[in-house]
Amino acid sequence: MKMPNLAVDICGVKFKNPIIAASGTFGFGREFANYMDINLIGGVTVTGITLEPRSGNPPPRIAETASGILNSVGLQNPGVDYFLEAELPKLLKYDTNIIVNINGTTIDEYCKLAEKLSKYPIDLIELNISCPNVKEGGLAFGAHPDTVYEVTKAVKESSKHPLVVKLTPNTSDIRETAKAAAEAGCDGLSLINTLIGMAIDIDRRRPVLANITGGLSGPAIKPVALRMVWEVKDVVDIPIIGMGGVMKGTDVVEFLLAGATGIGVGTANLVKPTTCIDILDELISYMIKNGVEDIDKLIGALEII
Amino acid sequence: MEVSHICKIISNYSIATDMYLMAIANKYIATVGRPGQFIHIKIPHDDSLLLRRPISINSVNKDDGIVYIVYQVVGTGTKILSQLKEGDNLDILGPLGNGFSIPKGVENIVIVGGGCGIAPLKYIVDYWKDISYTTFLGYRDMDSIYQLMNFERASERLYLTTDDGSQGEKGVITKVLEREIDSISPQLIMACGPIPMLKEVQSIANGRNITCQISLEERMGCGIGACMVCSCMIRTKGGLEYKKVCSDGPVFLSDEVILDENAQFSC
Repeated sequence: MKMPNLAVDICGVKFKNPIIAASGTFGFGREFANYMDINLIGGVTVTGITLEPRSGNPPPRIAETASGILNSVGLQNPGVDYFLEAELPKLLKYDTNIIVNINGTTIDEYCKLAEKLSKYPIDLIELNISCPNVKEGGLAFGAHPDTVYEVTKAVKESSKHPLVVKLTPNTSDIRETAKAAAEAGCDGLSLINTLIGMAIDIDRRRPVLANITGGLSGPAIKPVALRMVWEVKDVVDIPIIGMGGVMKGTDVVEFLLAGATGIGVGTANLVKPTTCIDILDELISYMIKNGVEDIDKLIGALEII
Repeated sequence: MEVSHICKIISNYSIATDMYLMAIANKYIATVGRPGQFIHIKIPHDDSLLLRRPISINSVNKDDGIVYIVYQVVGTGTKILSQLKEGDNLDILGPLGNGFSIPKGVENIVIVGGGCGIAPLKYIVDYWKDISYTTFLGYRDMDSIYQLMNFERASERLYLTTDDGSQGEKGVITKVLEREIDSISPQLIMACGPIPMLKEVQSIANGRNITCQISLEERMGCGIGACMVCSCMIRTKGGLEYKKVCSDGPVFLSDEVILDENAQFSC
């Protein structure tokens, strides 16, 4: 059988395959260059960027929980200007799509970031209104449909690039925030960000994380993520980048069937730096074995009697 | 291109209370690994344990392509490691991190280790042989002592303490270090151990303007500098900044690192 077609269109941008390294787990890409050929994956989402450099939260910032990881990095990053000068040129050398995850504490900051990025040849902006580890911004925007609408509309007007809104699962009904983002004019959605959780050290009677709570990721949240992708795809007409606990090729197939067009790989990058490529190989094997000639045939193909 | 290595375990056995010595076949790491660097180990047999465990290189045998690690059993992951047998496979990344270094002309060095922090120091004395080492080692008790003979052979002088006095002097090793340091006048101190010990070493070194390299431990994610979880506070020209223990460290200079007992878990 010939090589199946893996290319997908997300917000008018062609991806050679749906595998996208998720924000916060792939650095600026170069950290992984010794381990895998970055040219082979559909896209790289860089670590969350803010207008000014951010030092992040105190350590410990990570805790292992059953089939999951709690993190409370708190958006440590060198700021957008450093990113554009020092990191973006290195990333642009690779033949892969670049998604920049932007974070602000005010709508104005988000807009300024989008304006700055509009002058550079990146492919997508991911509006992060779902970081659970910062006191201002993040979830303050992402948890309610009205604030999601407001920030999305303003950033969309400031951005020349297609805009993907990254949604939080920490809300009463993700369909409402998804609809609000779509009505505000965004081009796509990515979901889910991490679930707020905590871990406790019983010997010290203290939280494991210095930040007390953190964002839960990994296989532990995959069922939640799948359900949310499946729910959201019925209420919006824009593409979805699905993510949450993708560890292997069959996980990708599950997210595609649930309705995602792109697939974010996050926590798995921490487990094994070659994961994105391994997953891609497994996806291709699945398609060949099951006679799927075009990945399009899998997207949203879940059958419910 | 670097890959994660699937390696064969050559041996794995207990050498002191809760401490194990594992020999792993890997020619690459045995050849290029330097003192203070670590390997990042995937825990087998339990997919619910996602994170790799960073363990320092204890020593190598270049000729036979063997990497040695000494690790303490502290939880589920290291318990599984301790049960692995000769011939079992292990998925490791490495060598990772920036290790110890000896500047040119330095030949009078003090080594300070406590508990499981003694393990990475052994690779120093194995690696740089033409150095005059004065070694200070602190263990919990007699049954916790490991690899003492190796340090005795490699050192001009060795000072030993146990918390309970069951071997060597009773008390913490940093008290002995403070008593002896001025008569030694070392050009360099290299230390690894629990945070309270490192804080004392830091204060002794900084107060006397002695260059001091300390190796830190922190809960890690990727191990390759991407995920930003293993941070430690470092004093830089521009002020305080969180650096990455995995790729900026794990070895830092004592006059730049801010040690926080609450922030770090000690070994």
